[in-house]
Amino acid sequence: MSGEVVPIRLERVRKRFGRLKVLDDVSLDMPRGEATVVLGRSGTGKSVMLRHIVGLMAPDSGRVLVLGQDLTRLSPPALAAVRRQVGFLFQNAALFDSLTVGENVAFPLRRHTRLPEPEVRARAQDKLALVGLARDYEKMPAALSGGMRKRAGLARAMALDPAILLVDEPSAGLDPITSEEIDDLLVRVKEELGTTLVVVTHNIPSARRIGDTLVFLYEGRVLERGDAARLERSGHPIVRQFLASEAGG
Amino acid sequence: MPDFFRRFVVAPPARAGDAVVFAARAVREAFRPPFELRETARQLYEIGWLSVPLIAAAGFAVGIVLSMHTRASLQRFGAEALIPAALTLALVRETGPLVVGLLVSGRVGAGVGAELGAMKVTEQVDALEASAVDSFKFLVVTRMVACVVAMPILTTVMNFTGIVGGWVAETAISGMGFRTYFEAAFSIVQFTDYLPGTLKTTVFGFIIAITASYLGLRTSHGTQGVGRSATRSVVLASMLMIAANVVLVRLIFFVFPETAE
Repeated sequence: MSGEVVPIRLERVRKRFGRLKVLDDVSLDMPRGEATVVLGRSGTGKSVMLRHIVGLMAPDSGRVLVLGQDLTRLSPPALAAVRRQVGFLFQNAALFDSLTVGENVAFPLRRHTRLPEPEVRARAQDKLALVGLARDYEKMPAALSGGMRKRAGLARAMALDPAILLVDEPSAGLDPITSEEIDDLLVRVKEELGTTLVVVTHNIPSARRIGDTLVFLYEGRVLERGDAARLERSGHPIVRQFLASEAGG
Repeated sequence: MPDFFRRFVVAPPARAGDAVVFAARAVREAFRPPFELRETARQLYEIGWLSVPLIAAAGFAVGIVLSMHTRASLQRFGAEALIPAALTLALVRETGPLVVGLLVSGRVGAGVGAELGAMKVTEQVDALEASAVDSFKFLVVTRMVACVVAMPILTTVMNFTGIVGGWVAETAISGMGFRTYFEAAFSIVQFTDYLPGTLKTTVFGFIIAITASYLGLRTSHGTQGVGRSATRSVVLASMLMIAANVVLVRLIFFVFPETAE
């Protein structure tokens, strides 16, 4: 066993909402600098898994280790320290609608660094340029299209150059071209910055473009795991049905 | 039957307990660093400064109305000379604080309930947490501090504009001069009349901010839930404030016995 800390490790994680089992004994390692794509039908626990990784939810049992730290045992300041190294792009971007796009991106920099204001602005501008929104610093989030909001959310998630980037449904509600642009951007982030990516989606083409490892969740359990080719060779009827239906439509 | 029992017997006290824990946490967190001064200042501007036009206009109108009623009452006893003092006393002791409480409950309660509700359902609260920001401190404590600080100031604004409104009404009828009116107004009004009534609005501010924040952050069911949180914030904050006022008036009479005379 190597001494390198796995950036994200889930150990026998279970989570229930009432009688509904959302995560059922999930154990996973997500390797450094790779993109792990979590696939599955709606309501199978994909987003809940992401929320566990950033500590927005705690498991009923099991452990969630992020950068070697067990989130279930951390004090609030220690949890905040871990979160500073994790970027999260929410499904609907979750931009702060009382701030401009630029202020949204600058927000984590102002909160967690001592950079002078011109430097904060310059860095926020750089991140916006990276996602193709260089001219939208002063716009309010309400003035952006769905794809632009998602890109702005991505810029904010990357503002602190996190070691880990969590992305919830990057292509939801987007046209295929915008969706592809966002996928390309995520691949670039992974390759150029060495960021560990965890992407939740039900979009197979998107998963193929981004993922080094694909994880298929069904009713809170990991049914299949491996690269795209392995998933396609899966003998599991649910995985085959999912891949076939996505390919068909 | 079990569902009915859960909804109407178990849930209300559980929610009340949850709200009390929420309020206690807000008080505790207000004294723990970091103090979020920048956001608190922004909330003071939003809650306090932007309420000034409403409060000033309402105070002026209340002053005019109170003056007319006071005149109608005192005229029967031939005591028109007491109009400025009676109006000021009524305004400073009770009318000003209560009207400010109800107005702020409407403006700020609905605003905070809807804003936090919208932030909750659009995952902005989660985004704050994911950005390593204590959302409770950033959203709730800052609004609570701003409300508590702003309320006595807004009450003072209402008292002043109310007295001015009273003078305008009075001078229109009797031609009384501004200085004469003010001297008469403060001839029997003491600092102990002003202080307790004004300070009790800090409690009103606390109730408004906590009620609206609590309901806002417990919002579910999308935009419909946001509307519901805004409405409930105003209704519940107003009711709690009126109930608290009864207790506070008793308390003021106990602590400042001279005000009961």
